[in-house]
Amino acid sequence: MEWYIALIWAGVLGVAVAMYVILDGFDLGIGILFPFAKTEYERDQMMNTVAPFWDGNETWLVLGGGGLLAAFPTAYAILMPAFYLPVIAMLLGLIFRGVAFEFRWAGRRSKKFWNFAFAAGSALAAAAQGVILGALIQGVKVENGAFGGGHFDFATPFAFLCGAAVVVGYALLGATWLMMKTDGEVARLARAHAKWLLAAVIVFMGIVSLWTPLAFPRIAERWFSLPNFIFFSPVPLVTALVAFVCWKSLADERREVLPFLCAIALFFLGYSGLVISNFPYLVPPTLTVWQTAAAPASQIFLLLGTLFMLPIILGYTGFVYWLFRGKIRAGEGYH
Amino acid sequence: MDFDPVLLARLQFAFTISFHIIFPTFTIGLSAYIATLEVMWLWSAREHYHRLARFWTKIFAVSFAMGVVSGLVLSYEFGTNWSRFSAIAGNIVGPLMGYEVLVAFFLESTFLGIMLFGWNRFPRGLHVFACIAVATGTLISAFWIISANSWMHTPAGHAMQNGVAVPVDWLQIIFNPSFPYRLAHMATAAYLTTSFVVLAVGARYLLAGKYLDEAKTMLRMGVGFAAIVAPLQLFIGDQHGLNTLKYQPIKIAAMEAHWDGSTPGDFEIFAWPDQKGETNRYAISVPRGSSLVLTHDPNGLFPGLKSVAASERPNVPIVFFAFRIMLGIGFFMIGAALLGAFLWWRGKLFEARWYLVPAQFVWWIGFVAVIAGWTVTEAGRQPWVAYGILRTADAVSPVPGSSIAITLALFVLVYGIVFSMGIYYINRLINTGPASVANAEPVSGMASRPISPET
Ligand code: HDD
Ligand code: HEM
Ligand code: HEM
Repeated sequence: MEWYIALIWAGVLGVAVAMYVILDGFDLGIGILFPFAKTEYERDQMMNTVAPFWDGNETWLVLGGGGLLAAFPTAYAILMPAFYLPVIAMLLGLIFRGVAFEFRWAGRRSKKFWNFAFAAGSALAAAAQGVILGALIQGVKVENGAFGGGHFDFATPFAFLCGAAVVVGYALLGATWLMMKTDGEVARLARAHAKWLLAAVIVFMGIVSLWTPLAFPRIAERWFSLPNFIFFSPVPLVTALVAFVCWKSLADERREVLPFLCAIALFFLGYSGLVISNFPYLVPPTLTVWQTAAAPASQIFLLLGTLFMLPIILGYTGFVYWLFRGKIRAGEGYH
Repeated sequence: MDFDPVLLARLQFAFTISFHIIFPTFTIGLSAYIATLEVMWLWSAREHYHRLARFWTKIFAVSFAMGVVSGLVLSYEFGTNWSRFSAIAGNIVGPLMGYEVLVAFFLESTFLGIMLFGWNRFPRGLHVFACIAVATGTLISAFWIISANSWMHTPAGHAMQNGVAVPVDWLQIIFNPSFPYRLAHMATAAYLTTSFVVLAVGARYLLAGKYLDEAKTMLRMGVGFAAIVAPLQLFIGDQHGLNTLKYQPIKIAAMEAHWDGSTPGDFEIFAWPDQKGETNRYAISVPRGSSLVLTHDPNGLFPGLKSVAASERPNVPIVFFAFRIMLGIGFFMIGAALLGAFLWWRGKLFEARWYLVPAQFVWWIGFVAVIAGWTVTEAGRQPWVAYGILRTADAVSPVPGSSIAITLALFVLVYGIVFSMGIYYINRLINTGPASVANAEPVSGMASRPISPET
């Protein structure tokens, strides 16, 4: 009976990562778009749309890391050393952009510096996450149950491509969020940016979808063998449809929420594509969720708490988003 | 070049966690203080409580941000630097930290939004509730992380299978033998440290003749609280030490620099522990003092360092001096708090310049005691990372020393910039004082901080 507990855990971690990517995605995206704002006043507005939420959003990353350690310690112990440098780069980026939320208001002369730190830190963290994702897909060398590869194994053109893709994707999430939460110049600019970003996201998704089956036979086999091909073919079709709806809604000034929902859906579809490509490997191409699972007693103990707490957490998270609902009007801020 | 990965990984961990613990210490204490102020404001409807709560909330926001980002680093360091530790102890430590995320981190980080930005938006009751949620979250966070940490000192409730620790009894794991003492000692340390910060700021305003209502409230609350809790901390620490004697006698021997277990232990007020010669130089001691404290008998015996091979001992001078720093500060705090309480009782607290002038400078002593205390605990556990289960030297990741050296240098650089700016901003917020809060408020209808800092 233990085999499905590891599966449930894989599902829970999948949810945590998806929540993280969407929630912190739009708030890192605000950082990535920061340099494009023209005035200090616009930057204030942009930051105000996420200031009450960023810490909660980032906690999903802690849950992802902590959950991996708790439920799949072997995978954690292999992957973290394998991605040592990009993980640390991500952390350093998150340090700068995290403190910028508070320091930017406290600083006077240093405000410009914290604007830069917020933007650069967000972009660095997003890029590092993309690189880690790419490096995971291309596979990790395992020897005697530990990481056996070199220190720069992660650094391939494919991984850097994924890095760029995530930066652009987060920027799209951020831009569509701004359209929903602001008006005036900020929203207008976000809509203009979103069109370009959407186009870029589609291009990146296309490249990654072609590159992975060409470069990794196991992925080609997963998609193109029968009957898989029939089951999975809706994924690219639905993706194309969502992209089209997103494009339309960007052209229609009255649509303020739909673009954001479409951007989330695009992320979700890309994510399910990756899951299809790699399941059940947690450390591709060698170790599966079962081979890296924690002792059953550990998995069950934390699972009980997780299944109990997750609905509560989602409940109060939703409550706080609801409390801060609506647009930030010109001239106001939570600060 | 040759870099020792174990040493570097230890340096990196010690550096990052020592930075981290500064902020939790302060945020655990400060969130409770702010929640208290808000409840008193609701209760008494006196505006200066409100001003104080808002003032400290700004400082809290800056500290909390630094606590979060430095903690995030730690949670990944278990994998990047200590992957073998994660593989061997992950079954136990992982779920404990998982519970910390689920029941503590989400609670505090989500309600933080209301606490910082909800002042004029939401009903007061909701705001008070959010403050209490954040304060509770920080304390629950301490519960789980200290449980994980204590298990590494006094492992219980587990079995070893193929060299990996697997859980057998979760209650024994969570409530392992040193956990209640360590949790009580740490929580008290956080509250005590914060009360000295509050006290110092109160003294500073009073001497400057500014914000007198607020200053007096802060002084009274700081002194009153510390006068109760500082002596309590001595008692808890003493009990903690007795527990350690039972489970980690060599750590105690290092704290006391007690070499020869066949004679009663003196308490060394000062000494230079000579590890090669296995003796203390330049010692000023209270004869049989340690035996009296630890065994309640001047002739009592307890194990000495020589009872184990030199390779099984921690670094004695580090543990020894760190312990003395903590003790010194502990006794200083007791003295300062009781003296303040005496002055208050005689109605002289607000006039006694000779007391207030030094008092405004003591805000940092608690932080030093906390770092010293953790150094005793962690360095005293060496050479083990999980006592009796895994040695530090075997816990490190298969990562080349050069990478750790580079990232360590980056951490030092980044933390140096970020945290010195943070402390500079906190100091400036304190200089600006509580009054500006009230002034900045009505313009936009919801400003806890002005939109542009010049206003
Ligand atoms: C849950 C685990 C945990 C927790 C809560 C703490 N530690 Fe720790 N500490 C470790 C887990 C650990 C460790 C992973 O076990 C280390 C790394 C290497 C080692 O020897 O132990 C360690 C080492 C270590 C060292 C280096 C000691 C040496 O190598 O000689 C210092 C100075 C500290 N810690 C300080 C702290 C501080 C200031 C803490 C306050 C928060 C703290 N530790 C909490
Ligand atoms: C190895 C040890 C530790 C790890 C891995 C760790 C991990 C973390 C992480 C990931 C966060 C950020 C959470 C968020 O996003 O909100 C954090 C914050 C926090 N940690 Fe730690 N921590 C450690 C030690 C401690 C200790 C010993 C305490 C308490 C005594 C503590 C108390 C807190 C508190 C209260 C916070 C909330 C943020 C703040 O107060 O600034 N931590 N920690
Ligand atoms: C005045 C009397 C005090 C005594 C007798 C005392 C005793 C102790 C002992 C024996 C330990 C080591 C625990 C171990 O075996 O691992 C310890 C650790 C520690 N002490 Fe103290 N202490 C005192 C004061 C303080 C003060 C004033 C603070 C901070 C404000 C403080 C903060 C800490 C911390 C943070 C630790 C590490 C966590 C732990 O193991 O509990 N102590 N203390």
